Amino acid sequence: MGLIQFYNVTKLYPPDVVALENITLKIDKGEFVFLVGPSGAGKTTLVRLLFREELPTKGQILVGGRSITRLKGREIALLRRTIGMVFQDFKLIPDWTVFENVAFALRVIEVPPREIKPRVERVLDQVGLLSRAHLFPHQLSGGEQQRVAIARAIVNRPRILVADEPTGNLDPDTSRKIMALLQEINAMGTTVIMATHAWDIVNSMKKRVIALRAGRLVRDDREGVYGYEA
Amino acid sequence: MRRNLWMSLAAAASVAVTMFLLGVFLLLVFNLNYMASQLQSNVEIAAFLHVDTPREVVQHLEAQIKHLPGVREVVLVPKEEGFRKISRQFGGEEELLSATGGVNPLPDYLLVRVNTPEEIRDIAGAIAQLPGVEKVNYGQEVVERLFALVRWLRWLGAGLILLLASGAVVLIMLTIRLTVYSRRQEISIMKYVGATDSFIRWPFFLEGLFLGLVGSGLAAGAVYGIYTWLLSRSFNLFLFLPLLNDPALLLKSLLGLIGAGAGVGALGSLLSIRQFLKV
Repeated sequence: MGLIQFYNVTKLYPPDVVALENITLKIDKGEFVFLVGPSGAGKTTLVRLLFREELPTKGQILVGGRSITRLKGREIALLRRTIGMVFQDFKLIPDWTVFENVAFALRVIEVPPREIKPRVERVLDQVGLLSRAHLFPHQLSGGEQQRVAIARAIVNRPRILVADEPTGNLDPDTSRKIMALLQEINAMGTTVIMATHAWDIVNSMKKRVIALRAGRLVRDDREGVYGYEA
Repeated sequence: MRRNLWMSLAAAASVAVTMFLLGVFLLLVFNLNYMASQLQSNVEIAAFLHVDTPREVVQHLEAQIKHLPGVREVVLVPKEEGFRKISRQFGGEEELLSATGGVNPLPDYLLVRVNTPEEIRDIAGAIAQLPGVEKVNYGQEVVERLFALVRWLRWLGAGLILLLASGAVVLIMLTIRLTVYSRRQEISIMKYVGATDSFIRWPFFLEGLFLGLVGSGLAAGAVYGIYTWLLSRSFNLFLFLPLLNDPALLLKSLLGLIGAGAGVGALGSLLSIRQFLKV
């Protein structure tokens, strides 16, 4: 049984945009998956559906064997605690320190206060930023900011990490470091899904590649390379 | 909240200003009402009896009227007394008596006071039906007009209060929306990391409640200060009518104002945050 399953998922945006069409795929626990395709292919829509930010027009989505299309209020919040999100623009809160930004993710899911500090410190150590915990985002480089965002995404130990263009704003060297970090996280058992345009990264990693084009799944290769020609 | 001090101040100030206006207006309406009821309670019915009605019949009528529902008091004004009253305006009893040919042409009449001024027309009608009653007079036109005016003022007052109150809600919502808007990133990140809606709402709710309390507390304080100052100066609202001096009602209104401010603040927060929770 896969950790994430899409069955014939279609997403339409009225009046006539077909964002995803009849997508069926399965992602197992511990996998590292690239999601590739040109802009507008449906990568972001797929991520949003998985994250229950939107509902599919048709089809079924299961996470951990449970359908997520019928979740309500609190259950949605609980689902999201099992999925860490990383964005291209980091989405850090500028007037909070690195520590506060990461601790925030624990505070809002009501982790007991005394557990927060050790957990934040451990995860900051893991991403190599423990010494910068007291700094503010604007005092960090882009790569460091993205590492803070990753720390925030994994601090509550989600089963899945979804990264939407995490290297989109970063130079190649920094990107490589971010990829190393994501691989490390994956090696510890977290399933990683990364939507990207960075063909060089995809080609060098030799991981599973799911390619979307115009809302359709055009390729799904075990050890794939970048590309979305059918 | 420390991060949004200015916006919080703006929200509290908008609560304060609108609640102050509301409070002033509320007291104005109370006073108009009070004035109207003062005027109304002075209204009486004069029931003129047939001339030469025997005194026993008059007394019987008096008793009958006293038993009508809604009647508070009946006073018999015998024709002698009536004559004395009128003659004062005509240079004395003697003169008037000689002018009327030695007879008192006046009838006895009964002065009737009622419990509720609104019933005066019906009671007057009932009295007019009684045998022996010649004519009933209660200043019909003046009273009807006064009632109409009071009714109109009440509706106007209620309407204006409603208008002002909804204006307050909108104003407060807009201001609080600004503070919520300035934190929309925080809110969306909360949603992303799996905070429940109620967890996100709670601090905003408290903030709105607090801002509403502070703002309306200031407003209530100002209203109280001004009103007691006016009372101490025995300020007259209209002509000879004094201001309503009812500490219990004042207290109730001010508490109501504070409660409404707190409610409006909390409601404004909850309504403002709704759209940002749809992530």
